[in-house]
Amino acid sequence: MQLEAKDIGFRYGDGPWLFQGVNLTLEPGEIVGITGPSGRGKTTLCRILAGFEAPIEGAVHFNGAPLPNNGYHPVQMVLQHPEKAINPRWKMHKILNEGYQPDKELLDLLGIEREWLTRWPHELSGGELQRFCVARALGPNTRYLIADEMTTMLDANTQAQIWHAVIEIAKKREMGIIVVTHESNLMRRLCHRVIDFNK
Amino acid sequence: MIPSLKNANKRSPLNLKQRTLFKILISIVFLAIVILGGVLLDEGRIVTNLNERNSAPSLKHLFGTDWLGRDMFTRTVMGLSLSIGVGLIGAIGSTLIALFLGMAAATMGKMADRLISWIIDLFLSVPHLVTLILIAFTLGGGFKGIVIGLTLTHWPSLARVIRAEVMQVRSAEFVQVSQKMGKSRWWIALHHILPHIAPQLLIGFMLLFPHVILHEAAVTFLGLGLSPHEPAIGIILSESMKYLSSGMWWLAFFPGLCLLIVVRTFDQIGENLRVLMTRTHD
Repeated sequence: MQLEAKDIGFRYGDGPWLFQGVNLTLEPGEIVGITGPSGRGKTTLCRILAGFEAPIEGAVHFNGAPLPNNGYHPVQMVLQHPEKAINPRWKMHKILNEGYQPDKELLDLLGIEREWLTRWPHELSGGELQRFCVARALGPNTRYLIADEMTTMLDANTQAQIWHAVIEIAKKREMGIIVVTHESNLMRRLCHRVIDFNK
Repeated sequence: MIPSLKNANKRSPLNLKQRTLFKILISIVFLAIVILGGVLLDEGRIVTNLNERNSAPSLKHLFGTDWLGRDMFTRTVMGLSLSIGVGLIGAIGSTLIALFLGMAAATMGKMADRLISWIIDLFLSVPHLVTLILIAFTLGGGFKGIVIGLTLTHWPSLARVIRAEVMQVRSAEFVQVSQKMGKSRWWIALHHILPHIAPQLLIGFMLLFPHVILHEAAVTFLGLGLSPHEPAIGIILSESMKYLSSGMWWLAFFPGLCLLIVVRTFDQIGENLRVLMTRTHD
């Protein structure tokens, strides 16, 4: 169940190469941090690994085969801005259940309250919305989770609660995680190894 | 500026949303009365009655009578109701075409987009009325010809708006996330995209209405639309042209005025809907 990026290169249109020859192997249960200054292609690499974008060079392999194009994607991504990742015209329960039906345990772990489910997205705060995004990404078929600045705009308490929940579930399911963040403390606490995009 | 604003607030106890809803409601009631009137009014009132030819507007004949003694009020209401019916079919057809082409252009890849954009530009580059006359004439005129003509000529501007809207939603993050959760194109179109363009679609539909009605009247006026025995506004107007010079102003004045009011009413509903929907979602 290995996630493997081989010699990946990417650029937008005819622009300069954002990166070339990137190799990355992720074992199940491994937590890897990615750090580096803005604009170096951290997010783009994440988008490629999550299948949002196809690499110009190289390939991403999951379990020895290319990533599937349709059906539930084994690599799920949680984005930085929850309000953009949520359809503003849907109620929260529909958003939560779009991919699968999360159980009560997961909701409690992430601190999602029952009464939020009947509200509209604009009636919840950013932190509350991000919990929904995380719950939505943790489906039973998710093998790898990519957290692209997942908790950057949240306060310390919420950040701790969400990460605590995610790490616990990752341990239980042997799920691999990629953490993109600028916070070195968080990175040191969570990750088994760190990739620096500062090369 | 500011004192007058205060005054406006004092005068009406309703807020903007309530006022807008109220206007929409009044407009709809008015149109419903016109349509019902057209259906319920007695056909007997528009039979030829040579004893009451050319009488000016009075209490008995609100809009006067024509050279055959037919009651102009009844004819006008029936004509308006017919116009609204034609407008309804034409506007629904046009909206459906716009929805289908807009969606297809934005979701079916580059070639489809280019082709559809080209067709939109093509239709927009020729005036509505010319294409409409051509199509109506080719199909032999009459009810069928005019309805098909109206349907086929009024969709381009709405299709363009819908294409842009769909493109915007399609690249939204929540749609990409949905794709990675294994949702099919159809599912996404139905659950994510359609709810987003529904307000645009509704407003576009309501604003198409006045266009369609006016064009129907125009083509009928020119003699290429509905057949002369039907009480259509266009026919009433073109017939009355012959009698205007003999001083029978009421033959053209009231039907024309009524057509204007009905068209303005539809326009009002569309505009107010737009106010209502942009208010609640911005």
